Amino acid sequence: MAKVTNVNDELGELAAGLDALDTHMDKKPSLAKRLAGGFAPLSAVIFVLIIWQVAIMLKVQPTWVLPSPAQVWQALVLRATDPNHNTNLWFSAFNSLRKGVTGFLIALTIGTPLGVLLGLNKPLRLVVRPLLTGLQQLPSVAWVPAAIIWFGLTDTTIFAVVLLGATPSIANGLISGIDQIPSIYLRAGRVLGARGLTFIREILLPAAWPGFLTGLEQGWAFSWRSLMAAELIAINPALGPGLGQMLDNARQLGDMAAVIASIVVILVVGVVIERLVFAPLRESTLRNRGLLR
Amino acid sequence: MTQAKPASTLVDTGEGRSNIASIQNLAKRYKHNGPLIIDNLNLEIQSGEFVALVGASGCGKSTLLNILSGLDTQSSGQVTLGAEAALLFQEHALLPWLTAGKNVELALKLIGVPRAERRAKAQELLELVHLPHAYDLRPHELSGGMRQRVAIARALAQGRKFLLMDEPFAALDAITRDLLHEELIRIWEETGLTVLFVTHNVREAVRLGQRVILMSSRPGRIINEWQVQGEEHRRIESPIVSQLSLEITEELRKEIKRHG
Repeated sequence: MAKVTNVNDELGELAAGLDALDTHMDKKPSLAKRLAGGFAPLSAVIFVLIIWQVAIMLKVQPTWVLPSPAQVWQALVLRATDPNHNTNLWFSAFNSLRKGVTGFLIALTIGTPLGVLLGLNKPLRLVVRPLLTGLQQLPSVAWVPAAIIWFGLTDTTIFAVVLLGATPSIANGLISGIDQIPSIYLRAGRVLGARGLTFIREILLPAAWPGFLTGLEQGWAFSWRSLMAAELIAINPALGPGLGQMLDNARQLGDMAAVIASIVVILVVGVVIERLVFAPLRESTLRNRGLLR
Repeated sequence: MTQAKPASTLVDTGEGRSNIASIQNLAKRYKHNGPLIIDNLNLEIQSGEFVALVGASGCGKSTLLNILSGLDTQSSGQVTLGAEAALLFQEHALLPWLTAGKNVELALKLIGVPRAERRAKAQELLELVHLPHAYDLRPHELSGGMRQRVAIARALAQGRKFLLMDEPFAALDAITRDLLHEELIRIWEETGLTVLFVTHNVREAVRLGQRVILMSSRPGRIINEWQVQGEEHRRIESPIVSQLSLEITEELRKEIKRHG
Protein backbone atom coordinates (compact mmCIF):
# COMPACT_ATOMS: atom_id res chain seq x y z
CA MET A 1 0.00 0.00 0.00
CA ALA A 2 1.22 3.44 -0.83
CA LYS A 3 2.45 5.77 1.84
CA VAL A 4 0.23 8.65 2.85
CA THR A 5 1.18 11.91 1.21
CA ASN A 6 1.37 15.20 2.94
CA VAL A 7 -1.65 17.06 1.63
CA ASN A 8 -0.09 20.41 2.34
CA ASP A 9 2.47 20.24 -0.44
CA GLU A 10 2.24 22.51 -3.43
CA LEU A 11 0.58 20.04 -5.76
CA GLY A 12 -2.02 19.31 -3.11
CA GLU A 13 -2.79 23.01 -2.73
CA LEU A 14 -3.11 23.36 -6.49
CA ALA A 15 -5.47 20.39 -6.60
CA ALA A 16 -7.52 21.72 -3.72
CA GLY A 17 -7.86 25.13 -5.38
CA LEU A 18 -8.93 23.65 -8.69
CA ASP A 19 -11.37 21.29 -6.99
CA ALA A 20 -12.96 24.17 -5.10
CA LEU A 21 -13.39 26.10 -8.37
CA ASP A 22 -14.82 23.12 -10.24
CA THR A 23 -17.30 21.58 -7.83
CA HIS A 24 -20.88 22.48 -7.21
CA MET A 25 -22.76 21.04 -4.27
CA ASP A 26 -26.39 20.05 -4.44
CA LYS A 27 -28.62 22.16 -2.29
CA LYS A 28 -31.61 20.65 -0.56
CA PRO A 29 -34.82 22.56 -1.32
CA SER A 30 -35.87 24.99 1.43
CA LEU A 31 -38.44 24.00 4.05
CA ALA A 32 -40.92 26.52 2.65
CA LYS A 33 -40.62 24.99 -0.81
CA ARG A 34 -41.06 21.47 0.52
CA LEU A 35 -44.12 22.50 2.54
CA ALA A 36 -45.59 24.19 -0.52
CA GLY A 37 -44.97 20.96 -2.45
CA GLY A 38 -46.81 19.02 0.25
CA PHE A 39 -49.81 21.33 0.39
CA ALA A 40 -50.31 21.81 -3.35
CA PRO A 41 -52.09 18.45 -3.84
CA LEU A 42 -54.29 19.25 -0.85
CA SER A 43 -55.76 22.22 -2.69
CA ALA A 44 -57.01 19.83 -5.39
CA VAL A 45 -58.84 17.81 -2.71
CA ILE A 46 -60.41 20.99 -1.32
CA PHE A 47 -61.48 21.97 -4.83
CA VAL A 48 -63.22 18.60 -5.38
CA LEU A 49 -64.94 18.90 -1.96
CA ILE A 50 -66.24 22.38 -2.86
CA ILE A 51 -67.65 21.22 -6.23
CA TRP A 52 -69.19 18.22 -4.47
CA GLN A 53 -70.79 20.37 -1.77
CA VAL A 54 -72.15 22.80 -4.37
CA ALA A 55 -73.68 19.86 -6.28
CA ILE A 56 -75.36 18.71 -3.06
CA MET A 57 -76.73 22.21 -2.36
CA LEU A 58 -78.08 22.43 -5.92
CA LYS A 59 -79.71 18.99 -5.36
CA VAL A 60 -78.32 17.63 -8.64
CA GLN A 61 -79.08 14.06 -7.50
CA PRO A 62 -80.99 12.57 -4.54
CA THR A 63 -78.67 11.77 -1.61
CA TRP A 64 -79.07 7.98 -1.96
CA VAL A 65 -77.33 8.39 -5.32
CA LEU A 66 -74.93 11.18 -4.37
CA PRO A 67 -74.46 11.48 -0.61
CA SER A 68 -73.05 14.68 0.84
CA PRO A 69 -69.45 14.98 2.10
CA ALA A 70 -70.85 15.17 5.64
CA GLN A 71 -72.72 11.88 5.20
CA VAL A 72 -69.59 10.19 3.86
CA TRP A 73 -67.61 11.58 6.78
CA GLN A 74 -70.23 10.18 9.18
CA ALA A 75 -69.99 6.78 7.46
CA LEU A 76 -66.20 6.93 7.86
CA VAL A 77 -66.39 7.84 11.56
CA LEU A 78 -68.99 5.11 12.16
CA ARG A 79 -66.71 2.47 10.65
CA ALA A 80 -63.56 3.85 12.26
CA THR A 81 -65.17 3.47 15.71
CA ASP A 82 -67.00 0.21 14.99
CA PRO A 83 -66.35 -2.24 17.90
CA ASN A 84 -66.93 -5.23 15.57
CA HIS A 85 -63.53 -6.15 14.11
CA ASN A 86 -65.02 -7.65 10.97
CA THR A 87 -66.56 -4.35 9.90
CA ASN A 88 -64.14 -1.94 11.58
CA LEU A 89 -62.38 0.35 9.12
CA TRP A 90 -58.91 0.10 10.70
CA PHE A 91 -58.99 -3.67 10.96
CA SER A 92 -60.26 -3.93 7.38
CA ALA A 93 -57.62 -1.55 6.03
CA PHE A 94 -54.86 -3.22 8.02
CA ASN A 95 -55.89 -6.70 6.95
CA SER A 96 -56.13 -5.71 3.28
CA LEU A 97 -52.80 -3.92 3.45
CA ARG A 98 -51.20 -6.94 5.11
CA LYS A 99 -52.43 -9.20 2.30
CA GLY A 100 -51.40 -6.72 -0.37
CA VAL A 101 -47.91 -6.29 1.08
CA THR A 102 -47.45 -10.04 1.59
CA GLY A 103 -48.54 -10.75 -1.99
CA PHE A 104 -46.27 -7.98 -3.24
CA LEU A 105 -43.28 -9.36 -1.32
CA ILE A 106 -43.87 -12.85 -2.71
CA ALA A 107 -44.12 -11.33 -6.20
CA LEU A 108 -40.86 -9.50 -5.50
CA THR A 109 -39.02 -12.70 -4.53
CA ILE A 110 -40.24 -14.38 -7.73
CA GLY A 111 -39.98 -11.37 -10.06
CA THR A 112 -36.43 -10.34 -9.10
CA PRO A 113 -34.58 -13.56 -10.03
CA LEU A 114 -36.84 -13.89 -13.08
CA GLY A 115 -35.95 -10.35 -14.17
CA VAL A 116 -32.22 -10.92 -13.61
CA LEU A 117 -32.35 -14.19 -15.55
CA LEU A 118 -34.20 -12.65 -18.50
CA GLY A 119 -32.17 -9.45 -18.28
CA LEU A 120 -28.91 -11.35 -18.71
CA ASN A 121 -30.03 -14.16 -21.00
CA LYS A 122 -31.07 -12.66 -24.34
CA PRO A 123 -32.17 -15.91 -26.09
CA LEU A 124 -34.35 -16.93 -23.15
CA ARG A 125 -35.82 -13.45 -23.06
CA LEU A 126 -36.87 -13.68 -26.71
CA VAL A 127 -38.93 -16.73 -25.78
CA VAL A 128 -40.39 -15.63 -22.44
CA ARG A 129 -40.79 -11.86 -22.56
CA PRO A 130 -43.81 -11.66 -24.92
CA LEU A 131 -45.64 -13.99 -22.53
CA LEU A 132 -44.60 -11.79 -19.59
CA THR A 133 -45.76 -8.63 -21.35
CA GLY A 134 -49.04 -10.37 -22.25
CA LEU A 135 -49.57 -11.27 -18.59
CA GLN A 136 -48.80 -7.69 -17.62
CA GLN A 137 -51.52 -6.42 -19.98
CA LEU A 138 -54.06 -8.98 -18.76
CA PRO A 139 -56.39 -7.51 -16.09
CA SER A 140 -55.57 -9.78 -13.18
CA VAL A 141 -59.23 -9.82 -12.10
CA ALA A 142 -59.60 -12.31 -14.96
CA TRP A 143 -57.69 -14.80 -12.80
CA VAL A 144 -60.18 -14.58 -9.92
CA PRO A 145 -62.69 -17.21 -11.21
CA ALA A 146 -59.87 -19.60 -12.07
CA ALA A 147 -58.17 -19.08 -8.70
CA ILE A 148 -61.46 -19.69 -6.85
CA ILE A 149 -61.89 -23.02 -8.66
CA TRP A 150 -58.27 -23.98 -7.95
CA PHE A 151 -57.89 -22.82 -4.37
CA GLY A 152 -61.44 -22.19 -3.12
CA LEU A 153 -62.40 -19.07 -1.15
CA THR A 154 -59.10 -18.90 0.74
CA ASP A 155 -56.16 -16.53 1.22
CA THR A 156 -54.30 -18.62 -1.36
CA THR A 157 -56.75 -17.43 -4.02
CA ILE A 158 -56.13 -13.82 -3.00
CA PHE A 159 -52.34 -14.24 -3.07
CA ALA A 160 -52.45 -16.06 -6.41
CA VAL A 161 -54.34 -13.18 -8.01
CA VAL A 162 -52.06 -10.54 -6.47
CA LEU A 163 -49.01 -12.52 -7.54
CA LEU A 164 -50.15 -12.93 -11.13
CA GLY A 165 -50.87 -9.20 -11.25
CA ALA A 166 -47.60 -7.96 -9.75
CA THR A 167 -44.88 -10.40 -10.82
CA PRO A 168 -44.85 -9.56 -14.57
CA SER A 169 -44.55 -5.82 -13.82
CA ILE A 170 -41.70 -6.34 -11.38
CA ALA A 171 -39.80 -8.66 -13.74
CA ASN A 172 -40.40 -6.42 -16.75
CA GLY A 173 -39.30 -3.33 -14.84
CA LEU A 174 -36.08 -5.04 -13.83
CA ILE A 175 -35.42 -6.18 -17.41
CA SER A 176 -35.86 -2.58 -18.66
CA GLY A 177 -33.63 -1.38 -15.83
CA ILE A 178 -30.91 -3.82 -16.86
CA ASP A 179 -31.25 -2.79 -20.52
CA GLN A 180 -30.73 0.86 -19.58
CA ILE A 181 -27.48 0.30 -17.65
CA PRO A 182 -24.65 2.20 -19.37
CA SER A 183 -22.18 -0.50 -20.43
CA ILE A 184 -19.31 1.36 -18.72
CA TYR A 185 -20.66 0.34 -15.28
CA LEU A 186 -20.76 -3.31 -16.29
CA ARG A 187 -17.20 -3.10 -17.61
CA ALA A 188 -16.08 -1.29 -14.47
CA GLY A 189 -17.62 -4.06 -12.37
CA ARG A 190 -15.83 -6.75 -14.33
CA VAL A 191 -12.51 -4.87 -14.18
CA LEU A 192 -12.92 -4.62 -10.40
CA GLY A 193 -13.31 -8.38 -10.29
CA ALA A 194 -17.04 -8.73 -9.58
CA ARG A 195 -18.32 -12.09 -10.84
CA GLY A 196 -21.44 -14.22 -10.50
CA LEU A 197 -23.72 -13.42 -7.57
CA THR A 198 -21.32 -10.73 -6.33
CA PHE A 199 -21.63 -9.02 -9.72
CA ILE A 200 -25.44 -9.20 -9.54
CA ARG A 201 -25.53 -7.85 -5.98
CA GLU A 202 -22.86 -5.15 -6.19
CA ILE A 203 -23.19 -3.96 -9.79
CA LEU A 204 -26.20 -5.22 -11.75
CA LEU A 205 -29.02 -4.61 -9.27
CA PRO A 206 -27.88 -1.17 -8.06
CA ALA A 207 -27.19 -0.10 -11.64
CA ALA A 208 -30.64 -1.29 -12.74
CA TRP A 209 -32.33 0.21 -9.68
CA PRO A 210 -34.00 3.27 -11.34
CA GLY A 211 -35.84 1.05 -13.86
CA PHE A 212 -36.44 -1.60 -11.24
CA LEU A 213 -38.03 0.95 -8.92
CA THR A 214 -40.51 1.94 -11.66
CA GLY A 215 -41.35 -1.76 -12.01
CA LEU A 216 -41.84 -2.06 -8.25
CA GLU A 217 -44.17 0.94 -8.19
CA GLN A 218 -46.22 -0.52 -10.99
CA GLY A 219 -46.07 -3.94 -9.34
CA TRP A 220 -47.46 -2.47 -6.12
CA ALA A 221 -50.24 -0.67 -8.02
CA PHE A 222 -51.17 -3.98 -9.67
CA SER A 223 -51.01 -5.77 -6.31
CA TRP A 224 -53.37 -3.32 -4.69
CA ARG A 225 -55.84 -3.32 -7.61
CA SER A 226 -55.79 -7.11 -7.90
CA LEU A 227 -56.33 -7.44 -4.18
CA MET A 228 -59.38 -5.17 -4.25
CA ALA A 229 -60.82 -7.06 -7.26
CA ALA A 230 -60.23 -10.38 -5.51
CA GLU A 231 -61.78 -9.17 -2.24
CA LEU A 232 -64.85 -7.87 -4.05
CA ILE A 233 -65.46 -11.19 -5.80
CA ALA A 234 -64.18 -13.81 -3.38
CA ILE A 235 -66.41 -13.14 -0.38
CA ASN A 236 -66.04 -15.48 2.58
CA PRO A 237 -66.15 -14.67 6.32
CA ALA A 238 -63.12 -16.97 6.74
CA LEU A 239 -61.03 -14.44 4.80
CA GLY A 240 -61.41 -11.94 7.64
CA PRO A 241 -62.12 -8.21 7.29
CA GLY A 242 -60.99 -6.28 4.21
CA LEU A 243 -61.68 -3.06 2.32
CA GLY A 244 -63.10 -5.00 -0.64
CA GLN A 245 -65.55 -6.75 1.70
CA MET A 246 -66.42 -3.42 3.32
CA LEU A 247 -67.23 -1.98 -0.09
CA ASP A 248 -69.32 -5.01 -1.07
CA ASN A 249 -71.21 -4.92 2.26
CA ALA A 250 -72.07 -1.29 1.71
CA ARG A 251 -73.32 -2.04 -1.81
CA GLN A 252 -75.51 -4.88 -0.56
CA LEU A 253 -77.04 -2.57 2.08
CA GLY A 254 -77.58 0.11 -0.56
CA ASP A 255 -75.65 2.52 1.70
CA MET A 256 -74.16 4.90 -0.85
CA ALA A 257 -72.34 7.00 1.77
CA ALA A 258 -70.57 3.85 2.98
CA VAL A 259 -69.76 2.87 -0.61
CA ILE A 260 -68.08 6.25 -1.22
CA ALA A 261 -66.39 6.06 2.19
CA SER A 262 -64.90 2.65 1.29
CA ILE A 263 -63.69 3.95 -2.07
CA VAL A 264 -62.10 6.94 -0.34
CA VAL A 265 -60.26 4.65 2.10
CA ILE A 266 -58.96 2.45 -0.76
CA LEU A 267 -57.79 5.56 -2.57
CA VAL A 268 -56.15 7.03 0.53
CA VAL A 269 -54.24 3.80 1.26
CA GLY A 270 -52.87 3.87 -2.30
CA VAL A 271 -51.85 7.54 -2.01
CA VAL A 272 -50.28 7.04 1.43
CA ILE A 273 -48.15 4.10 0.24
CA GLU A 274 -47.02 6.09 -2.80
CA ARG A 275 -46.15 9.17 -0.69
CA LEU A 276 -44.53 7.35 2.23
CA VAL A 277 -42.71 4.56 0.40
CA PHE A 278 -42.21 5.11 -3.30
CA ALA A 279 -41.90 8.89 -3.57
CA PRO A 280 -39.05 9.10 -0.99
CA LEU A 281 -37.30 6.12 -2.61
CA ARG A 282 -37.60 7.75 -6.03
CA GLU A 283 -36.37 11.10 -4.82
CA SER A 284 -33.39 9.74 -2.89
CA THR A 285 -32.42 7.60 -5.90
CA LEU A 286 -32.48 10.59 -8.24
CA ARG A 287 -30.74 12.84 -5.72
CA ASN A 288 -27.96 10.36 -4.96
CA ARG A 289 -27.23 9.84 -8.64
CA GLY A 290 -27.39 13.52 -9.52
CA LEU A 291 -30.42 13.05 -11.77
CA LEU A 292 -32.65 15.51 -9.93
CA ARG A 293 -33.53 18.64 -11.89
CA MET B 1 -14.23 -13.86 -3.41
CA THR B 2 -13.76 -14.05 -7.13
CA GLN B 3 -10.85 -12.31 -8.81
CA ALA B 4 -10.32 -11.11 -12.32
CA LYS B 5 -8.56 -13.83 -14.29
CA PRO B 6 -6.23 -12.44 -16.93
CA ALA B 7 -6.34 -13.88 -20.42
CA SER B 8 -2.79 -15.05 -19.99
CA THR B 9 -0.88 -17.05 -17.43
CA LEU B 10 0.95 -15.48 -14.53
CA VAL B 11 4.66 -16.19 -14.42
CA ASP B 12 7.51 -15.08 -12.26
CA THR B 13 9.84 -13.41 -14.69
CA GLY B 14 12.88 -13.52 -12.45
CA GLU B 15 14.77 -11.03 -10.36
CA GLY B 16 16.06 -7.51 -11.01
CA ARG B 17 14.47 -5.41 -13.73
CA SER B 18 11.98 -8.06 -14.66
CA ASN B 19 9.36 -7.75 -17.33
CA ILE B 20 5.86 -7.12 -16.08
CA ALA B 21 4.39 -7.68 -19.52
CA SER B 22 5.73 -9.58 -22.46
CA ILE B 23 3.68 -9.56 -25.65
CA GLN B 24 4.76 -11.71 -28.59
CA ASN B 25 3.26 -11.91 -32.08
CA LEU B 26 -0.09 -10.71 -30.77
CA ALA B 27 -2.93 -10.67 -33.32
CA LYS B 28 -6.61 -9.94 -32.91
CA ARG B 29 -9.64 -10.28 -35.17
CA TYR B 30 -13.18 -9.88 -33.91
CA LYS B 31 -14.68 -12.23 -36.50
CA HIS B 32 -13.11 -15.38 -37.84
CA ASN B 33 -12.39 -13.96 -41.29
CA GLY B 34 -12.75 -10.35 -40.26
CA PRO B 35 -10.09 -7.66 -40.60
CA LEU B 36 -7.00 -7.76 -38.41
CA ILE B 37 -7.31 -5.20 -35.60
CA ILE B 38 -3.87 -5.91 -34.17
CA ASP B 39 -1.17 -7.65 -36.21
CA ASN B 40 2.11 -9.12 -35.04
CA LEU B 41 2.51 -6.83 -32.05
CA ASN B 42 5.61 -7.32 -29.91
CA LEU B 43 6.16 -5.36 -26.72
CA GLU B 44 8.15 -5.83 -23.54
CA ILE B 45 7.35 -3.65 -20.53
CA GLN B 46 9.67 -3.62 -17.57
CA SER B 47 8.48 -3.56 -14.01
CA GLY B 48 8.19 0.03 -12.78
CA GLU B 49 8.30 1.51 -16.26
CA PHE B 50 6.01 4.28 -17.58
CA VAL B 51 5.21 3.51 -21.22
CA ALA B 52 3.08 5.82 -23.35
CA LEU B 53 1.42 4.44 -26.44
CA VAL B 54 0.23 6.77 -29.23
CA GLY B 55 -1.60 6.13 -32.45
CA ALA B 56 -4.47 7.44 -34.56
CA SER B 57 -7.98 5.99 -34.48
CA GLY B 58 -8.21 2.32 -35.39
CA CYS B 59 -4.78 1.34 -34.10
CA GLY B 60 -6.29 -1.17 -31.70
CA LYS B 61 -5.11 0.64 -28.56
CA SER B 62 -8.25 -0.07 -26.60
CA THR B 63 -8.34 -3.65 -27.89
CA LEU B 64 -4.79 -4.14 -26.63
CA LEU B 65 -5.72 -2.83 -23.16
CA ASN B 66 -8.82 -5.02 -23.07
CA ILE B 67 -6.68 -8.06 -23.83
CA LEU B 68 -4.11 -7.11 -21.17
CA SER B 69 -6.83 -6.56 -18.56
CA GLY B 70 -8.60 -9.80 -19.32
CA LEU B 71 -11.78 -8.22 -20.73
CA ASP B 72 -10.97 -9.72 -24.14
CA THR B 73 -8.80 -12.51 -25.52
CA GLN B 74 -6.28 -12.50 -28.35
CA SER B 75 -6.78 -14.44 -31.59
CA SER B 76 -3.18 -15.59 -31.62
CA GLY B 77 0.17 -14.82 -30.00
CA GLN B 78 1.50 -14.85 -26.48
CA VAL B 79 0.74 -12.47 -23.63
CA THR B 80 2.67 -13.06 -20.42
CA LEU B 81 1.93 -10.85 -17.43
CA GLY B 82 4.04 -10.67 -14.29
CA ALA B 83 1.15 -9.09 -12.39
CA GLU B 84 -2.56 -8.64 -12.88
CA ALA B 85 -3.47 -5.31 -14.42
CA ALA B 86 -6.00 -2.69 -13.36
CA LEU B 87 -7.76 -0.77 -16.14
CA LEU B 88 -8.73 2.90 -16.09
CA PHE B 89 -11.23 4.18 -18.67
CA GLN B 90 -11.58 7.47 -20.51
CA GLU B 91 -14.92 7.96 -18.78
CA HIS B 92 -14.34 7.85 -15.05
CA ALA B 93 -16.65 4.80 -14.64
CA LEU B 94 -17.36 5.57 -10.98
CA LEU B 95 -20.54 3.88 -9.84
CA PRO B 96 -23.09 6.70 -9.34
CA TRP B 97 -24.99 4.95 -6.54
CA LEU B 98 -21.91 4.93 -4.31
CA THR B 99 -19.99 7.80 -2.73
CA ALA B 100 -16.37 8.35 -3.74
CA GLY B 101 -15.22 6.53 -0.59
CA LYS B 102 -17.59 3.61 -1.16
CA ASN B 103 -16.40 3.29 -4.77
CA VAL B 104 -12.89 2.75 -3.47
CA GLU B 105 -14.20 0.46 -0.72
CA LEU B 106 -15.99 -1.72 -3.27
CA ALA B 107 -12.67 -2.44 -4.99
CA LEU B 108 -11.18 -3.36 -1.59
CA LYS B 109 -14.18 -5.56 -0.78
CA LEU B 110 -13.90 -7.40 -4.10
CA ILE B 111 -10.28 -8.34 -3.45
CA GLY B 112 -11.25 -9.61 -0.01
CA VAL B 113 -10.10 -6.83 2.35
CA PRO B 114 -11.95 -7.29 5.68
CA ARG B 115 -14.76 -4.81 6.36
CA ALA B 116 -13.07 -3.30 9.42
CA GLU B 117 -10.03 -2.17 7.41
CA ARG B 118 -11.80 -0.84 4.35
CA ARG B 119 -12.76 2.63 5.47
CA ALA B 120 -9.30 3.61 6.69
CA LYS B 121 -7.65 2.19 3.59
CA ALA B 122 -10.09 3.97 1.27
CA GLN B 123 -9.46 7.27 3.06
CA GLU B 124 -5.70 6.69 2.77
CA LEU B 125 -6.02 6.14 -0.99
CA LEU B 126 -8.18 9.26 -1.39
CA GLU B 127 -5.47 11.22 0.44
CA LEU B 128 -2.90 9.77 -1.94
CA VAL B 129 -4.78 11.31 -4.88
CA HIS B 130 -5.16 14.60 -2.95
CA LEU B 131 -8.85 14.16 -2.18
CA PRO B 132 -8.88 13.99 1.63
CA HIS B 133 -12.38 15.45 1.94
CA ALA B 134 -14.12 13.58 -0.88
CA TYR B 135 -15.11 10.41 0.98
CA ASP B 136 -18.81 11.22 1.35
CA LEU B 137 -19.26 13.04 -1.95
CA ARG B 138 -21.22 11.46 -4.78
CA PRO B 139 -19.62 11.17 -8.23
CA HIS B 140 -21.94 13.85 -9.68
CA GLU B 141 -20.77 16.28 -7.02
CA LEU B 142 -17.16 15.95 -8.19
CA SER B 143 -15.48 17.71 -11.09
CA GLY B 144 -14.15 15.67 -14.02
CA GLY B 145 -10.61 15.81 -12.68
CA MET B 146 -11.68 14.75 -9.19
CA ARG B 147 -13.66 11.83 -10.59
CA GLN B 148 -10.64 10.61 -12.54
CA ARG B 149 -8.53 10.87 -9.38
CA VAL B 150 -11.10 8.81 -7.45
CA ALA B 151 -10.96 6.31 -10.32
CA ILE B 152 -7.18 6.18 -9.92
CA ALA B 153 -7.59 5.61 -6.18
CA ARG B 154 -10.08 2.84 -6.92
CA ALA B 155 -7.67 1.20 -9.38
CA LEU B 156 -4.89 1.41 -6.78
CA ALA B 157 -7.24 -0.16 -4.23
CA GLN B 158 -7.18 -3.33 -6.28
CA GLY B 159 -3.56 -3.69 -5.22
CA ARG B 160 -2.45 -4.34 -8.78
CA LYS B 161 1.13 -3.47 -9.73
CA PHE B 162 0.26 -2.75 -13.35
CA LEU B 163 -1.99 0.14 -14.34
CA LEU B 164 -3.51 0.32 -17.82
CA MET B 165 -4.87 3.75 -18.73
CA ASP B 166 -7.14 4.19 -21.75
CA GLU B 167 -7.03 7.91 -22.63
CA PRO B 168 -7.96 8.75 -19.06
CA PHE B 169 -7.60 12.53 -19.36
CA ALA B 170 -9.03 13.05 -22.85
CA ALA B 171 -12.28 14.58 -21.62
CA LEU B 172 -10.67 17.05 -19.21
CA ASP B 173 -9.89 20.74 -19.70
CA ALA B 174 -6.26 21.75 -20.23
CA ILE B 175 -5.62 23.11 -16.73
CA THR B 176 -7.04 20.04 -15.03
CA ARG B 177 -5.19 17.71 -17.41
CA ASP B 178 -1.93 19.48 -16.65
CA LEU B 179 -2.51 18.99 -12.93
CA LEU B 180 -3.42 15.33 -13.39
CA HIS B 181 -0.24 14.72 -15.39
CA GLU B 182 1.72 15.94 -12.42
CA GLU B 183 -0.38 13.93 -9.97
CA LEU B 184 -0.01 10.77 -12.02
CA ILE B 185 3.78 11.08 -12.19
CA ARG B 186 3.89 11.74 -8.45
CA ILE B 187 1.72 8.68 -7.71
CA TRP B 188 3.80 6.57 -10.08
CA GLU B 189 6.97 7.62 -8.29
CA GLU B 190 5.50 7.06 -4.84
CA THR B 191 3.99 3.65 -5.54
CA GLY B 192 6.47 2.06 -7.95
CA LEU B 193 3.64 1.11 -10.30
CA THR B 194 4.10 0.10 -13.90
CA VAL B 195 1.95 2.23 -16.21
CA LEU B 196 0.88 1.65 -19.79
CA PHE B 197 -0.73 4.91 -20.85
CA VAL B 198 -2.65 5.03 -24.14
CA THR B 199 -3.43 8.38 -25.74
CA HIS B 200 -4.21 10.23 -28.98
CA ASN B 201 -2.15 13.14 -27.74
CA VAL B 202 1.53 13.04 -28.74
CA ARG B 203 2.55 15.82 -26.32
CA GLU B 204 0.83 14.06 -23.47
CA ALA B 205 2.69 10.85 -24.34
CA VAL B 206 6.07 12.62 -24.35
CA ARG B 207 5.21 14.57 -21.21
CA LEU B 208 4.47 11.37 -19.28
CA GLY B 209 6.28 8.41 -20.79
CA GLN B 210 9.83 7.21 -20.21
CA ARG B 211 9.30 5.47 -23.49
CA VAL B 212 6.87 6.46 -26.26
CA ILE B 213 5.56 3.84 -28.65
CA LEU B 214 3.92 4.73 -31.95
CA MET B 215 1.34 2.40 -33.42
CA SER B 216 0.06 2.12 -36.98
CA SER B 217 -3.64 1.89 -37.75
CA ARG B 218 -5.60 -0.94 -39.37
CA PRO B 219 -3.98 -3.17 -38.45
CA GLY B 220 -2.29 -2.00 -35.28
CA ARG B 221 1.44 -2.63 -35.23
CA ILE B 222 4.32 -0.94 -33.47
CA ILE B 223 6.11 1.24 -36.00
CA ASN B 224 8.56 3.16 -33.87
CA GLU B 225 9.74 3.73 -30.36
CA TRP B 226 11.51 6.62 -28.55
CA GLN B 227 13.25 6.78 -25.20
CA VAL B 228 12.49 10.15 -23.63
CA GLN B 229 15.81 11.44 -22.33
CA GLY B 230 16.60 14.47 -20.25
CA GLU B 231 14.67 16.32 -17.62
CA GLU B 232 13.45 14.27 -14.72
CA HIS B 233 10.44 16.49 -14.05
CA ARG B 234 9.54 17.88 -17.42
CA ARG B 235 6.37 19.82 -18.11
CA ILE B 236 4.16 19.93 -21.14
CA GLU B 237 5.93 23.23 -22.07
CA SER B 238 9.45 21.79 -21.75
CA PRO B 239 11.63 22.10 -24.90
CA ILE B 240 12.31 18.35 -24.92
CA VAL B 241 8.56 17.69 -25.06
CA SER B 242 8.09 20.07 -27.99
CA GLN B 243 11.07 18.72 -29.96
CA LEU B 244 10.24 15.07 -29.59
CA SER B 245 6.52 15.71 -30.14
CA LEU B 246 7.32 17.34 -33.50
CA GLU B 247 9.33 14.33 -34.56
CA ILE B 248 6.72 11.80 -33.46
CA THR B 249 3.86 13.83 -34.97
CA GLU B 250 5.68 13.83 -38.32
CA GLU B 251 5.77 10.06 -38.29
CA LEU B 252 2.20 9.80 -37.08
CA ARG B 253 1.08 12.03 -40.00
CA LYS B 254 2.98 9.90 -42.49
CA GLU B 255 1.18 6.88 -41.13
CA ILE B 256 -2.22 8.62 -41.31
CA LYS B 257 -1.64 9.80 -44.92
CA ARG B 258 -1.02 6.20 -45.92
CA HIS B 259 -4.75 5.56 -45.33
CA GLY B 260 -5.94 8.51 -47.47
